[in-house]
Amino acid sequence: MNNEWIYIAALDEIPRQGARVIETGHGDIAVFRTLSDQVFALRDHCPHQGGPLSQGIVHGEKVTCPLHNWVIELNSGVAVAPDEGCAQRYAVKVEHMQVFVAL
Amino acid sequence: MKEKLVLVGNGMAGVRTLEELLKLAPDKYDISVFGEEPHGNYNRILLSPVLAGDKSFAEIVTHDADWYRKNGITLYKGDKIVAIDRKKRRVQSENGVELEYDRLLLATGSKPFILPIPGHDLDGVIGFRDIHDVNRMLQAAAPGKHAVVIGGGLLGLEAANGLKKRGMTVTVVHLLDTLMERQLDKAAADLLKHELESTGLRFHMPAQTEAILGEPCVTGIRFKDGIELTADLVVMSVGIKPNIELAKSCGIYCERGIIVSDTLQTFDPAIYAVGECVQHRGSLFGLVAPLFEQARVCSNHLAEYGIARYQGSITSTKLKVTGIDLFSAGEFQGGENHETLTLQDPARGIYKKLVLQDNRIKGAVLYGDTVDGAWYFQLMRESADISAFRESILFGQAHVGDSGYGNENKAVNLPDSAEICGCNGVCKGDVVKAIVEKKLYTLEEVRAHTKASSSCGSCTGLVEQILASTLGGDYSTAPSKQALCACTALTHDEVRAAISSAAYQTIRDAMAGMEWKTPDGCSSCRPALNYYLLCRWPGEYRDDAQSRFINERTHANIQKDGTYSVVPRIWGGVTNSHELRAIADVADKYEVPTVKITGGQRIDLLGIKKQDLPGIWRDLNQAGFVSGHAYGKSLRTVKTCVGKDWCRFGTQDSTGLGIQVEKMTWGSWTPHKFKIAVSGCPRNCAEATIKDLGVVCVDSGYEIHVGGNGGIKVRVTDLLVKVATEAEVLEYTGAFMQLYREEARYLERTAPWIERVGLAYVKHRIVDDRRGREALYQGFVAAQQNAQIDPWAELAGNTEYCRQLAPLTLPV
Repeated sequence: MNNEWIYIAALDEIPRQGARVIETGHGDIAVFRTLSDQVFALRDHCPHQGGPLSQGIVHGEKVTCPLHNWVIELNSGVAVAPDEGCAQRYAVKVEHMQVFVAL
Repeated sequence: MKEKLVLVGNGMAGVRTLEELLKLAPDKYDISVFGEEPHGNYNRILLSPVLAGDKSFAEIVTHDADWYRKNGITLYKGDKIVAIDRKKRRVQSENGVELEYDRLLLATGSKPFILPIPGHDLDGVIGFRDIHDVNRMLQAAAPGKHAVVIGGGLLGLEAANGLKKRGMTVTVVHLLDTLMERQLDKAAADLLKHELESTGLRFHMPAQTEAILGEPCVTGIRFKDGIELTADLVVMSVGIKPNIELAKSCGIYCERGIIVSDTLQTFDPAIYAVGECVQHRGSLFGLVAPLFEQARVCSNHLAEYGIARYQGSITSTKLKVTGIDLFSAGEFQGGENHETLTLQDPARGIYKKLVLQDNRIKGAVLYGDTVDGAWYFQLMRESADISAFRESILFGQAHVGDSGYGNENKAVNLPDSAEICGCNGVCKGDVVKAIVEKKLYTLEEVRAHTKASSSCGSCTGLVEQILASTLGGDYSTAPSKQALCACTALTHDEVRAAISSAAYQTIRDAMAGMEWKTPDGCSSCRPALNYYLLCRWPGEYRDDAQSRFINERTHANIQKDGTYSVVPRIWGGVTNSHELRAIADVADKYEVPTVKITGGQRIDLLGIKKQDLPGIWRDLNQAGFVSGHAYGKSLRTVKTCVGKDWCRFGTQDSTGLGIQVEKMTWGSWTPHKFKIAVSGCPRNCAEATIKDLGVVCVDSGYEIHVGGNGGIKVRVTDLLVKVATEAEVLEYTGAFMQLYREEARYLERTAPWIERVGLAYVKHRIVDDRRGREALYQGFVAAQQNAQIDPWAELAGNTEYCRQLAPLTLPV
């Protein structure tokens, strides 16, 4: 596990209340930006049936999966009860409007 | 420092309010609860099964000590508040506890009314209200002994049944000659009496009790007419009386109950009251559903959200006495300007009565077969026009198949293994288990826990039936109004009206103005608000892409593997070799894995990667195509047959007309998807009579049919009107779509919308009212000015949008 912060993009490259996808060797990562400019990163794979979370509607600090409407907490990757499951979470930081992820 | 909330009364209404409050503002208050009874909270409705021996007390406890501890609530069990000092905001208990409060919640409930007749205070005269009463009855009950129950209402009959099951000889005494007169009419009450008599209960009615005899213990009872009965136990169940002594003693204004406003506040604004102790707009309450609605509103104000209002409840009663099913709701007695439909089948012990006014249900009484109670109640709450299935409505939902809303099976009779929700593979047993184990009360809770009816929704009725039959008792937890989503207490219609009246221009304004509970809503309300604003302010409102479902953001349909499908518009389904070649070229160039003809006569390119979308759009645009909107809550396709140019049966130019209709309607956003078809003759090869709008050409003109649906629940269209010219077809089509756009709720297809508002209403607006129709048509045409911009051309030219479709890459 490499804990280096890796530069991803300028904050403006990620749409507010939206997400971008990072392609990596071990699968896609979704980087979300909330209305209040909080940034989160999760594996782009819904714990339910693998839907691309990056394509869901972002509301508060949650995202609704576009395939079957599971709601996932962005800060933990955990599905909102009563659904059960978890999408892997990645550390992410914003410095001077630049976004970094640790893989 | 936290504010202090004190709850007086540890019953269903008060604790429900706390539950709702903890959901909204878990950390706002230090909460203390005083309960006279030495237990946690239990479900009072289920006392009858405990009396009858069908349940134990432990089974009906809803909140044990652990629940109070976990939520940081201090519970004073077996202690009661005896004084309230409103100036100092202080309460004092019988055991000497003194607490200050910032807000006080009174939920003191009610007491059984004890008739002040001689002997009412004898040993062996008991009310029926709490577990203590039940235990006293059980102590007194012994096989062969005699019990008299005064009061032939719901509670009285349940008590009588329970005591009979314990082996006693039980006589029910009732003042009137109609049992349960609050819920039943004479015919149903007679059936009930007859059936209860056959199980061994005795009745003495009408009869007025003069005195209870014995000293010091009950030995008998005497009536006004001089008749005497032997009794070892007398249960007094003539009614309840709001428990308002405490409120009165501190000067809070009371009449029959504690007077509360629509915010559940008493005359002292720091003091709230909910439940059976309150009087709201002249009404008192005795059923659980209104209490839960009050709890929701009260908690909203305690949390200082300040938006909810309690405006009274419409209630229904469903109960079981010794296996007899009864249901009643609304103005079941009928009266002036009302019509009554009845079905009587004495041999099967079935009686059904519906009270109607203007073809809308105002009340219902069902005896012996209550499976359709929930359905009638829903039709009543929605004030739905039932004229389309009036002749068969008494036979139940299962028999109105031709209107599309029939259920194949009655939920009650289904085995546990029967699949209820085909989308999510949920069986009846799963639903029942979840309701019982997780203590679910509402449809939303069942959806959340089991997924049943959470996808396409076609099994909603069945799930509601299971909910009703599993909960039993006098439950109807259906709220009288359905909030748009959990972010607001307002309904779709209220939100829509507010957007107009307050002239909100953006989602953010609307949420702020209507005091949304969440900062930016959720995936249910944001798309709805976006649509309502777009529809209300055509040309002015700036569409919010982030509040649209992914398909409408990418103008393509997301597939299970995260790729997309692209459907170019092919007007009226008519194409040519040039277009087909262009589609073939795109399929080759982007290595499209699957090319498929759709049900709407279009060509679907499946398996497109998101980042390839702009390129495909550009290539298809160049060949003359625009987006087919196969993904949108919008006009989808106009399906046609070949018509009179080729077909030997064709009566009109159905393809040409279909193309005209599609050119007029494409690009329009609607509450849900909207499909059109034009058939050239009544053989109807374009299947026009299962579309949202279908035109069937006949020799003398054009029939316009509306409200069809070929999807989950097949519904055949209703004939709206027959017209003579193509121009009229276009005008009626535009007007109908505009009425649907302006008045249906978001995600409500035309079929359920028409069933809700009634075909007569739609005909009135579109057919009878010529000026209204023209205005609607003009409104549609005006909105289309701004809607008919090809999103593909627009977005393919937007470099920032296109860049953001592509994945980010990590630096190597």
